[in-house]
Amino acid sequence: MSGVSQTTGNPILGFVHRRRRGAELFLLVLALAVGIGAYAAVGVGVEGAVPTDLIGYGGWLAALVVGAHVVVRLVAPYADPVLLPVVAALNGLGLAVIHRLDLTEDTGFAAQQLVWMTIGVGLFVGTLVLLRDHRVLTRFTYTSGLAAIVLLLMPMLPLIGNEVRGARIWVRLGPVGMQPGEVAKVLLVIAFAGYLVLHRDALALAGRRLLLVDLPRGRDLGPILGMWLISLGILVFQRDLGSSLLFFGLFLFMLYVATERAGWLVVGGGLFLGGALVAWQLFSHVQTRVNVWLNPFDYYGPGTNDTAFQPVEATFGMAWGGLLGRGFGGGDPGRVPFAESDFIMAAIGEELGLTGMMAVLVLYGLIVERGLRAALISRDGFGKLLATGLASVFALQVFVVIGGVTGLIPLTGLTTPFLSYGGSSLVANWVIIALLLRVSDLARRPVPELTAADDAGDQDTQVIRVAR
Amino acid sequence: MNKPIRTISVAFLVLFLALMANVTYLQYWRADSLGDDGRNRRAVDAAFSQPRGAILVGREPVAESVPSDDRFEYQRTYSQPLAYAHVTGWYNYFNAQSGACSTCQRRIEQTQDDLLSGDDDRLFVTRLVDLLSGETSEGGNVALTLDPAAQRAAFDGLRAVLGPEGQGAVVALEPRTGKVLAMVSLPTFDPNRLASHDLTEVSAAGDEFDADPAQPLLNRAIQTTLPPGSTFKVVTAAAAIENGLYEEGDDVPGGPTFQLPQTTGDTGLIDNQGRSCGATTVSFTQAMANSCNTTFARLAIEVGAERMREQAELFGFNQQYFEDLLPQATSRFPEEANEPQTGQTGIGQFDVAATPLQMAMVVAGIANGGTVMKPYLVDEVQSPEFEQIEQTDPEALSDAVSSSTASQLTDLLVATVDEGTASPAAIPGVQVAGKTGTAQSGQDDVPPYAWFVSFAPADDPEVAVAVMIQEAPGIERGEIAGGLLGGPIAKAIMEAVINR
Repeated sequence: MSGVSQTTGNPILGFVHRRRRGAELFLLVLALAVGIGAYAAVGVGVEGAVPTDLIGYGGWLAALVVGAHVVVRLVAPYADPVLLPVVAALNGLGLAVIHRLDLTEDTGFAAQQLVWMTIGVGLFVGTLVLLRDHRVLTRFTYTSGLAAIVLLLMPMLPLIGNEVRGARIWVRLGPVGMQPGEVAKVLLVIAFAGYLVLHRDALALAGRRLLLVDLPRGRDLGPILGMWLISLGILVFQRDLGSSLLFFGLFLFMLYVATERAGWLVVGGGLFLGGALVAWQLFSHVQTRVNVWLNPFDYYGPGTNDTAFQPVEATFGMAWGGLLGRGFGGGDPGRVPFAESDFIMAAIGEELGLTGMMAVLVLYGLIVERGLRAALISRDGFGKLLATGLASVFALQVFVVIGGVTGLIPLTGLTTPFLSYGGSSLVANWVIIALLLRVSDLARRPVPELTAADDAGDQDTQVIRVAR
Repeated sequence: MNKPIRTISVAFLVLFLALMANVTYLQYWRADSLGDDGRNRRAVDAAFSQPRGAILVGREPVAESVPSDDRFEYQRTYSQPLAYAHVTGWYNYFNAQSGACSTCQRRIEQTQDDLLSGDDDRLFVTRLVDLLSGETSEGGNVALTLDPAAQRAAFDGLRAVLGPEGQGAVVALEPRTGKVLAMVSLPTFDPNRLASHDLTEVSAAGDEFDADPAQPLLNRAIQTTLPPGSTFKVVTAAAAIENGLYEEGDDVPGGPTFQLPQTTGDTGLIDNQGRSCGATTVSFTQAMANSCNTTFARLAIEVGAERMREQAELFGFNQQYFEDLLPQATSRFPEEANEPQTGQTGIGQFDVAATPLQMAMVVAGIANGGTVMKPYLVDEVQSPEFEQIEQTDPEALSDAVSSSTASQLTDLLVATVDEGTASPAAIPGVQVAGKTGTAQSGQDDVPPYAWFVSFAPADDPEVAVAVMIQEAPGIERGEIAGGLLGGPIAKAIMEAVINR
């Protein structure tokens, strides 16, 4: 593998990463202070008293987070020390904000979300314990891909498929509903990484040069065209602009990283723009979204159909928050429909202000940066692609949803990772963090004997050949 | 693969920076303009939940915010709603929503909104203290120039003549300063109904007032211009004396009839409805006392259209001069008039139209030795703790006539009360100067308008009054006369001010 052969000659390999588990624990205490402090502040701000269940709630949150930390310490001792605290802070803040909305909207989402967080942390632990080497996942390249496609198709099925607010992205089995797209995105990253690590040479080397850009051969366009069609299908049939953009962008970035050829970005970007343009021409719901984005105030208030009620109320709310926010209980975030899920950033902007928004954006930025750092120092191509893909999912999702809520780009329905109310999303994101920790753990671990590394590489290659 | 990873790292950095820049733009730069947007329910709710300062007359609040137990924390209430409605206006959810609406009716609640709501820069220190001590910010108070006794006399007097359906207005000014001592317009309305927290009730009341043909929301004191009729003879006399044509002791042209130049027949024939105005000439005093049309039509022609207009404009015609209530109608004197038209302007007809405020300013200017003061309604603004922050300084609008002309006009007007048409305004023991007016509406089915202007005491004027009666139901057309209807109202107001 070229990745390995490159790095063996690198003098930096003499450097041994420290485990930094103590630092992680310290940061986790800070993260808990954010989560529990925010919960207490909600009680004081909205009801005028510290919540009576603060100790029980805080204890549960602390137990989850410290439990995760202990497992990391045991099974992934070299894992990145920043990721877990950042995620704990975001999840804790999200719970507090959902609880705050519960208090005025008379709902019970926060308790439900805490259950989902518990399941999420459980899966996080399970992933780390069972998956001692992420390269095992290369065995499941096509299984993952197939599973992802099945999951993506599920909302289209009769009986279990479910349309919510115009987007057909829900599956409902009895009382339990889920958004399979959230799980599919993890599987897609695994499938892409496995596929690309095998075929990157063909995709990278063949082709012709045109106008300073290396364009790929026609016959290699199959996968990208397939992915493009799937994305367009999601856009058209499920009316899910966000997921469509997310999946296609993800594939494009991973293709670019695997092949190191900017030409793929040109081809993919062109395809996406073309597809989006055609979709805009053909489908009224896409046109509506764009119009609402460009002139939200034309679709708000008496005399209009109020299509822009949600984004305009969110805009008013965030502006009302200003620099420092109104404080928990000081704003009126319940005016924005679905403030606890897609529009949770509007609630944060209103009550925690620009300061709170910036803090959240920086936390997301840290997750992306830590993910990409794991990709950079990872010693195997699959790990690099996996970490890059997972970090890209994060970056794209955050950009699409927060950009949509704040009016930078047209609004699309996506959850805000770790903050929004929603089980599928929360659980899937905890698994993503587990995978990133696993990649970084292997990357930061002291290099084993060179011969052993070569063996491992050979075995991997053989395993994949058998699988084919 | 590290090079493309670094490249997309930079790309993601750009995406995040774009998000941060956009959020900063939204929450910092656009925050103020979005907060001012009338559709922003958060801002409107917050503004509407704030305790507003009081509007004070004397020491009594005529508008104040009292705690309320419904979804908004304070209810705006008006303690003497009918008498003060056109001055205070009202404050409700829709007012809070419309913000700085430039086309709406704006009374004290709106023109002083920044101060009453506590947003005014003059309250900066108060706001800062509130912020640091964690107290709810309160608005400042506005003390009006109105005199409660004069306002009460004006409202009761006008209401007694007009009944609940009639239309008319009264303005009283302090000649020395331009303070508005009384301002009443009928028919009136109850601002409490428009300030209710029940928005359906507010809309219903608003629709009802809007649909009423008598237009109760109209402040006739400043928003209705009508021909001032004989009260305008004061301006004509001022122009004649000021331009050196006559003095108070002179004889002026008179006679029972006067045919306007360039006219023949009844349409151009002016008479005195039987009042004695001499054979060919008459003393200036008698001409004013008997309100001789033949005299003042000729005086206006002798003065000339141009100088008539200059004199009228010095008194405030064709100008805007009052800032505390908006909008106002501009009182008109025609830009151009031929000889017969000029003759008609001399007796307050043709295209001459004035608001009651304007006619009050004419007599107040004469009472003040010829200097017309700019009228104002806001006497002082106060902090939430009733400490004075700023007091309005009286300001001269113009020197309309010399003090000698003013004193001659005063003598003429005193004679008009003592022995002429304005006698109903006479107050025993006090010298009163006054002038009546009965103006033709120019329409057959609309009765004439009755006017009365006066000031007292003549030697040291404390109050100048204008009464306008647009429509008095139940009173026979023949009985509509400025002196009979307006005189007693003016008298009551002057007495209220003099005896305070």
